[in-house]
Amino acid sequence: LPASDTFLAALRRLFPAARLLGTEAGLAPFESDGLTAFRAQPLAVVIPETRDEVIAAVRLCHQHGIPFVARGSGTSLSGGSVPVAGGLVIALNRLNKILRLDPAQRIAVVEPGAINTSVSQAAARHRLYYAPDPSSQQICTIGGNVAFNAGGAHCLKYGMTSNHVLGLTVVLPDGEVVELGGESLENVGPDLTGLYVGHEGLFGVALEITLRLLPMPECYRTLLAAYDRVEDAGEAVAQVVAAGFLPGAMEIMDRLAIEAAEAAVHCGYPADANAILIVELEGERMGVEADFARLKELINASGAREVRVARDSAERLLFWKGRKSAFSAVGRLSPDFLVQDGVVPRGKLGLALREIETMSRERGIRVANVFHAGDGNLHPLILFNGREPGALERAEALAGDILRLCLRLGGSITGEHGVGLEKRAYLAEQFNPTDLEVMHRLHRAIDPLELSNRGKMFPGGEAPALTAHGAHPLERAGIISRE
Amino acid sequence: MNAASAAPALQPRTIDEVVEAVRAHPRLLAVGAGTKPVPAAVPPGFATLSLRALTGIREYDPAEYTFTALAGTPIRTVAEELARHGQYLPFDPPFGEAGATLGGTIATGVSGPGRQRYGGVRDFILGLRFVTGAGELVQGGGKVVKNAAGFDLPKLFVGSLGRLGVMAEVTFKVFPQPRAFATLRVELPGLTAALAVVGRLGASVFDLEGLELDPPGTLWLRLGGTAETFAGRLAELERQAGAGQRLEGDAEADFWRRRVPLAADPASHLLVKVPVTLGAIPDLDEALAAAGARRQYGAGGNVAWIAWPGSAEALDALLNERGLGGLVLTGPSPRALLGRTRGEGFRRRIKAALDPEGRFPDF
Repeated sequence: LPASDTFLAALRRLFPAARLLGTEAGLAPFESDGLTAFRAQPLAVVIPETRDEVIAAVRLCHQHGIPFVARGSGTSLSGGSVPVAGGLVIALNRLNKILRLDPAQRIAVVEPGAINTSVSQAAARHRLYYAPDPSSQQICTIGGNVAFNAGGAHCLKYGMTSNHVLGLTVVLPDGEVVELGGESLENVGPDLTGLYVGHEGLFGVALEITLRLLPMPECYRTLLAAYDRVEDAGEAVAQVVAAGFLPGAMEIMDRLAIEAAEAAVHCGYPADANAILIVELEGERMGVEADFARLKELINASGAREVRVARDSAERLLFWKGRKSAFSAVGRLSPDFLVQDGVVPRGKLGLALREIETMSRERGIRVANVFHAGDGNLHPLILFNGREPGALERAEALAGDILRLCLRLGGSITGEHGVGLEKRAYLAEQFNPTDLEVMHRLHRAIDPLELSNRGKMFPGGEAPALTAHGAHPLERAGIISRE
Repeated sequence: MNAASAAPALQPRTIDEVVEAVRAHPRLLAVGAGTKPVPAAVPPGFATLSLRALTGIREYDPAEYTFTALAGTPIRTVAEELARHGQYLPFDPPFGEAGATLGGTIATGVSGPGRQRYGGVRDFILGLRFVTGAGELVQGGGKVVKNAAGFDLPKLFVGSLGRLGVMAEVTFKVFPQPRAFATLRVELPGLTAALAVVGRLGASVFDLEGLELDPPGTLWLRLGGTAETFAGRLAELERQAGAGQRLEGDAEADFWRRRVPLAADPASHLLVKVPVTLGAIPDLDEALAAAGARRQYGAGGNVAWIAWPGSAEALDALLNERGLGGLVLTGPSPRALLGRTRGEGFRRRIKAALDPEGRFPDF
């Protein structure tokens, strides 16, 4: 018998037929993720319902030398949850329970398939919430957030997923189960939880995750400013920071993104603005009101052509509606688009945007920009038509040059999407061969057979070919977006 | 003290010299200023690599909220430079006045009262360059405030006790410092009442810069921001926590500067950090009180600082019984880590990868 047949026979003993998919039709939904340009067909998909079943599946893979990919909702934007051809997909969606919520200690213990927003929903009656808010939070899972250290719009003040994970129970790729961290915000000994978050699936599967919850802010104050030039908006961000503010969010959209958002959701943004800046302060009412008065003065003097202050929560939500719909809206301008999430030092934002604009003009490829300005995290949307021969390759080349630009300016190739399959080649431009060799050694010490999410993060290795498949169906439906 | 630690230390002044020194010594431990001598105790047969001469801020652009400095740079030097631009390390690294270094703060993973507001040392480290046990100079993380590329080695080094590599250069995120502070001291009738208020305030809308408890019932609540807001906010806070005594100005600043560490006589007492939860405190506190240990609870009940009068073995047993782990910083203890250790199977693999020949001591 071929090795895969023995493996499948053993899988059948572990999982009932209804939770073991192996037909062409059953496997199809698992072939790609939020980045639809990569596809691969797994050997099988299992749908465990208990953590013991996950452990058993991992141990079986190890015993048979079969690579596996743990998968949540498949919203990765870097191809991070694309299956390994001929490998196993462990779909964690049924392990979606919030096991415990302790309002006094302000923690939630969840299973890996728990949906990001479900944590905040469960915590809401205690006036607590889970801070990391990736744009796909309505469907993405905490397990996926942990694997890729997901970000969101509030990272300058609150950090990324890794700043909100206190403890983990993990099955390592060879089946050993370990507990990392705990329930306290503090720790002794090396921060193993910190290393585990952002492992891109290479260190096995998180079975149980202890999250830190934050009290909901008492008050939000939000303003929206329109500028003639996107650099001026970038300069205003630098001034806000220099003046000692710590906004919960600072977001910029450029003209193309504004037009698209306006057409899609009629958010009433100032007409003919070339850039919009949203700044939001949050916290204790008395402190926020005092700061907001100073912030308004600063923004009024920053060369904005128009400044609007949200008078109530309805208007605040309208400011955000345009911003939050920008990605799906831009998607409507073009049959296909690519998004990168490179980071530049905040002070280089204006320069980065000018260079992107020049590249866009010279190559005749439209680029819309929506970005987390507070932390220098760009999200250029590179528009193309996948039916045009060579268009995807030209878009990819431009995306690559934008990543190189981020590195040249002292930044990073990814702020929150992770390296995945997509940016593997560029990791070797951010880190030197010695850095990569040491990371490799760490990887092999944890997964000697390289079974867990094989082929992700590190340059080289096998990878499915890149093809244009258009937007993800959920993206077309406006449920997820690539930021 | 053993003979090895009395030997003249290697004192590299540059990153290249750090690499050379590591490669030249098959057994060594890097140490900073020695403000936390237990984790910095060099075992017999190991050379001492002092990072005290590896100092200097290499990059600091206030508008980026980040700086990069050599690992031996004193916290004090950094704090002074940041303060010139109205910024600070919000996690209040302790032992700064005694000369603690950035590297030593990361290696021991200790944060002060300010951790309550925005997080601890783990939440502010962005990048580092370190030398592995195989003598390789490696970059982990980056120099920008948001970065998801590669494994998060900077966080791994928090609490690594010099056992995984020698830090050479580190990059931190910083924040604007509140323009002013005010503190409220509230006396409550006993630990149970005090813990209830700590839990309530931690889950409340108050943005406290410090939330500390001296058992049985003394709370220290710190506010930051613009001074004009303090009268109203303190009144609001008193409605929630009870009437208290207000501290402002120099007296307020002095109190927090001296807050950690507990003054513990190193000849007779161990100074120990123990991560805890609110729920674990009552039982722990009873046991500590019975043993005559002084203690305080910081970061909203997430950490216990203990001045332990007995033996390390006795405290080890006390912590183990409760599933807790501790880090001894000063005093007569043969080892730094006490009580329960989690994730050993994972840590062992990491140690093997980063220090394959066992150049640095084991945990």
